[in-house]
Order: sequence, then C-alpha cells, then structure tokens
Amino acid sequence: MSLLKINGLTQQFGGLTAVSDFSTEFQGNELMGLIGPNGAGKTTVFNIVSGFYKPTQGKILFEEKPINGLKPHRVTAMGIARTFQNIRLWHDMSLLDNILISQHYNLGYNLFDLFVRNRRYIENEKRMRNIAMQLLEQLDLVQFMDEKPKNLPYGIQRKIEIARALSVKPSLLLLDEPAAGLNSSDVQELIKLIGWIHKEFKISIWMIEHQMAVVMSLCSWIQVIDFGKTIAQGTPEQIQNNPAVIKAYLGDDQI
Amino acid sequence: MKKFSVPALLAIIAAGTVIAAHFELIDLYVQTVIMFIGVNIILSSSFNIINGYMGEFACGHAGFMAVGAYVTSVLNIMFFTSSKSFGDPILSPELALWFFPVTMILGGIAAAFTGLLVAIPSFKTRDDYLAIITLAANFILVSLFINMDSVGGSRGLMGMKQIVFAMEDVAFIPWMLIWTFLFTFSTVFIIRRFVSSTYGKGIIAIHQDEIAAEIMSVNTNKMKLVAFMLSSGLAGIAGGLFAHILGYINPNSFNILKSTECLVMVYLGGMGSLSGSVIAAIIFTLLIEGLRFIIPAMDTLIHFIPLVPDTFHLSQVLKWVIIPLILVILMQFRPEGIMGNRELSDFFPKLKRYYEFK
Ligand SMILES: Nc1ncnc2c1ncn2[C@@H]1O[C@H](COP(=O)(O)OP(=O)(O)O)[C@@H](O)[C@H]1O
Ligand SMILES: [Mg+2]
Repeated sequence: MSLLKINGLTQQFGGLTAVSDFSTEFQGNELMGLIGPNGAGKTTVFNIVSGFYKPTQGKILFEEKPINGLKPHRVTAMGIARTFQNIRLWHDMSLLDNILISQHYNLGYNLFDLFVRNRRYIENEKRMRNIAMQLLEQLDLVQFMDEKPKNLPYGIQRKIEIARALSVKPSLLLLDEPAAGLNSSDVQELIKLIGWIHKEFKISIWMIEHQMAVVMSLCSWIQVIDFGKTIAQGTPEQIQNNPAVIKAYLGDDQI
Repeated sequence: MKKFSVPALLAIIAAGTVIAAHFELIDLYVQTVIMFIGVNIILSSSFNIINGYMGEFACGHAGFMAVGAYVTSVLNIMFFTSSKSFGDPILSPELALWFFPVTMILGGIAAAFTGLLVAIPSFKTRDDYLAIITLAANFILVSLFINMDSVGGSRGLMGMKQIVFAMEDVAFIPWMLIWTFLFTFSTVFIIRRFVSSTYGKGIIAIHQDEIAAEIMSVNTNKMKLVAFMLSSGLAGIAGGLFAHILGYINPNSFNILKSTECLVMVYLGGMGSLSGSVIAAIIFTLLIEGLRFIIPAMDTLIHFIPLVPDTFHLSQVLKWVIIPLILVILMQFRPEGIMGNRELSDFFPKLKRYYEFK
C-alpha cells in the first residue's frame, strides 16, 4: 500500500500552466525533496495536495483514498500536515494555544459539552493539553510555551511551525522551504531537527528547499521541476550531475 | 472560598438592586437605566464575538436584535394577552411568568437562524464586502418588519407591558430587572466559556490567519457559522429584553443607528476583550442617559449667555452627533479601545484569586 500517490497532476491558472503532468509516490517513511527554480510550481503542488486548489487534472490518492477536492482541514485530519514558505503562525496567541488549536480535528467534544463544561469537555481539554505539552517537551520548546511567536527569534518560529504541524500526528509532513531566511547555524540546527523528526516520528517528509546543502544532506530521493514539468529525479548524486538540472538552475550559457 | 468572592459580589449587587427596586428605594427611571445597561452588555459582548474575536467588520447587529424583539414579543402577546391583532390569549396569562424565558430563548434561536443571512456569505466574502452584506442584512430585516402589517408595520408593536403586568400579577416583584440580570450574567458566562475553550479559540485563529487555521484542521466555515449564530442569537436575547423593558417597539429602533451604538461600545471597550465590552456598555449607557440632562442644560446655558437666537434649540438629536464623534475621537487617539484585547485580570493579576470562571 502506498502512502501518497499522485498521478498526472496539472494545474492551470488562466493561460498559465503552473504544474504539468506531475506524478510521484510515497511508500511511507521516505524523505524526498522537490526542487526547481523560482516559479517552477513547487508551492502549487503543495497547495493542491493540501486542498487549497482543485487541480485541473490528475489524481491524488492518500492511503488509497482520493483526496482531490477535499477541504484543507479534512486533508489535515487525514494525516497530511504542512508548513509555509513564509511562516504562518498565529502570532498574537501563546505558543501553547498555537498547538492546542491545531487539535481541532480531534476535539472530542461539542458546543453543548463546552457550555455546560461536563466531564467530556474537561477530559478532552486535558488530553489535548497533554498532547501539546508532550510535543513541546520532545522539541525542547517548553520554555517558550507562554510566549507569543512574534516575540521569538525567526529560527524558533520556524521550529514552532514544524512543531505545530507535527501536533496533528501526520503520516506525511510537507515542508515548504523550511530553511528560507535562516542563518547558517540555524540551518545546521534545522537539518538535525528534520533528520531527527524523520527517525523519531517515523513519518514521510516531503520537502521543498532552495538550499542545496539541506536537500543533499537529508533527502534520499529528489525530484526537479521547471516550468511545472518534471525534468529529472534521482538520488542526490544523480541530481547533482544531471545536465538538465544544471541547465535549469544556471541557464544555457553557463555550460 | 476566596475564588467565589467576585461571583458572590455580583450576586449581592443583583439581589440588592432587585430588593431596592421592590421597596421603591430606586425609582423607575433608574431601574430602566440599569436594565438598559444589561441589554447593552449583551449587545456589545455578543457583537465582540464577530468584530473582536473573529476580526470581521460586521455592522448590522441591530437587525438580529429586531428579530429577537419581534419573535419574543409576538409569541408572548399571542399566548398570554388579548390583543386586536392576535385575539384572545391561547394560554392563561399567569403562565407568562413561566414561559418568559422560553419565549426569550425562542426569540434568540430565531435571531440565530437569521444570522445565517450573514454567516453563509462570510464563507467566501470578507472585509469590506462582508461589511456591506451585514449592512444590507440590517436593512432587509428592518424593512421586513416595516412591511409586516400584522406586527404593526412602521407604527410598531405594543402590548408587552401587558406581559410584564401578567408576571407581576403572579408575584409583585420587579421581574424585568430579574430577567435582565439573569440573561446578562448568562451571556457573559457563555461567551467567556466559548472564547476560553480550544473550540472557541478557533475563531481567534481565523482572525490571526485564516489560511493557517484551515490548514491546521480548523473547519473555518463551521466556526464562522457558530460565531455568527451565537452572536446574532444573543443579540436576539437583548432584543427580547429591550422590547419588554420598553413595552413598545418600532422597526426603526433597530436601524443602523442602533448598530452604530453597538460598534461604538465594542471599539470603546476593546476588540476581543470581554471585560472591555462590559465596561464600555456601562460607560456608554450612562453617557447616553447623561446626555438627556446635559443637552437641555447646555441649551439653557447658551440662551442664558445669549449666544444664539431664541428660536434655536439644542435637541436630543445632538446625541447622534456625539455618538459618532466618540467613534472618530476614539479611532484617532486610542484605536485599541479601553482594554485593547486584554482582560481586567491581565491588568490586575491578583483579581484572579477572587473568581473562578469555569
Ligand atoms: N493562485 C494563483 N493564481 C495565479 N497564478 C498562480 C497562483 N499560484 C501560483 N501561481 C503561478 O504559478 C507559478 C508557480 O508558482 P509557485 O508554485 O509558487 O512557484 P514555486 O516553485 O516558486 O513555489 C508562478 O508563475 C506563479 O505566479
Ligand atoms: Mg514556493
């Protein structure tokens, strides 16, 4: 059984074909990279998989079930979590609340329970708090739990966004340029963190990244797209030496 | 025990007021002002759900108040009084007392469902466009009642005093004061529980980043539905109280001017601050009532120092200059309102020892 299977995905915006005939497959527990020049359509692929866009064409199966057309919150509830190229935390509430609210897929109580504050409400609030606290401990973020993300360093914010994505217990984690805007020591931390998450949580990770150091040291398989089309895929060594990739990144005259 | 201090104090204030009213230690006018404070607390705190916590700009709150006012009033008149339009009472008038909370809640439910008029468009529309829709909803609801002759059309609806008398016939105590206290406390309690739960915080997440909310498994459409229905339902409760406190309603009591009052209260108190909404409702009501005395006094003053011709008079219409002016001044000098998005307990952390809102 495959975890995620994408077949012939095409996305058009008016006349522009942002993604064209894109296919890929995850068996579970891989760490794959998606790279390509700016505007190649990488984020668009993530936006389609997470339910923000309905693809013009193509099929997406997650754990053998079709997910095209599902709303993002439903896709997340099924086990695909993601982060954004530009951090999207709830900046004006505490880190703990950021994690708690992400438990909406699994509240375990309804409005009535909430208004009467019955046992079901109290127990589920406690359960969600425990989940959040456990995760913050695992990721060494407990000391920030009452802080608002906007007051924390950028590197920590990136980490928090990943923590928040993990809080929905995903089986597939999509990271959109997690190293963007980080300094070199933060990037080293991030590489360690992603590698550790991959081992510790035993999940599949799919990563868009511009910094080759990150992709080459983490990913076992890399797919390269340019103008929406897949131009190469393979192991980091194969990609590094692929003439089509070098051409896409550096332009014709460089060769 | 300490943690019951604040609730106990509130209960004593409420009971004290009711007893004082019963023994005519406070006159009818003061009682009415106290009840209007209650109505305004319900209006501002329920409006804050949308404009404060969820961060949308709605501006038609009075429309939902109208629905609650009319539905509760018509049900009460139909069931418990004899009237020209609705004939003999269906049930015995003594029962009015027991059914009053029921008809109030039915009015609230009806208002909650008219909230769908705004909630459903809010799935796809936001900001200025949603503001225009809420404005339109306010107009639609007011026009609806103006054109419904069976409930008095533009002349308005009377007979709610009969209901109050029917309740007082059962036991001669200030019932409306009691109901106002009960519904006001319950409203604040319900909203407090809602926005402090993980469920309710979903609307704060929508405010701060709707896309992040949706991706982190918050069903944003459902949350908007819940927020708008809760907000408009509570506005309906305020309407039901308002109708029975005055004993008379008219569609134009619920027009855009009333909605503007709600806006002033929310922004005065601070968006996303429940204690701010309560404080603002108290200050605002006292200010408006104060103007009843201040405006004639100013009028006398400017004629005393003959500043203006004798034929010129300051009227109560000046209120409608002063209220929007407060909004202008507020936005200029303290756009976050009295409390910002903080609560009283954030300013006075020790306060937390004296209550336990759970
Ligand atoms: N919602 C949209 N509407 C129109 N064009 C879009 C939209 N989203 C992305 N695009 C276009 O699709 C192309 C791919 O964008 P994107 O996926 O963000 O690239 P990247 O690979 O840098 O992440 C770009 O040309 C972009 O302008
Ligand atoms: Mg991108």
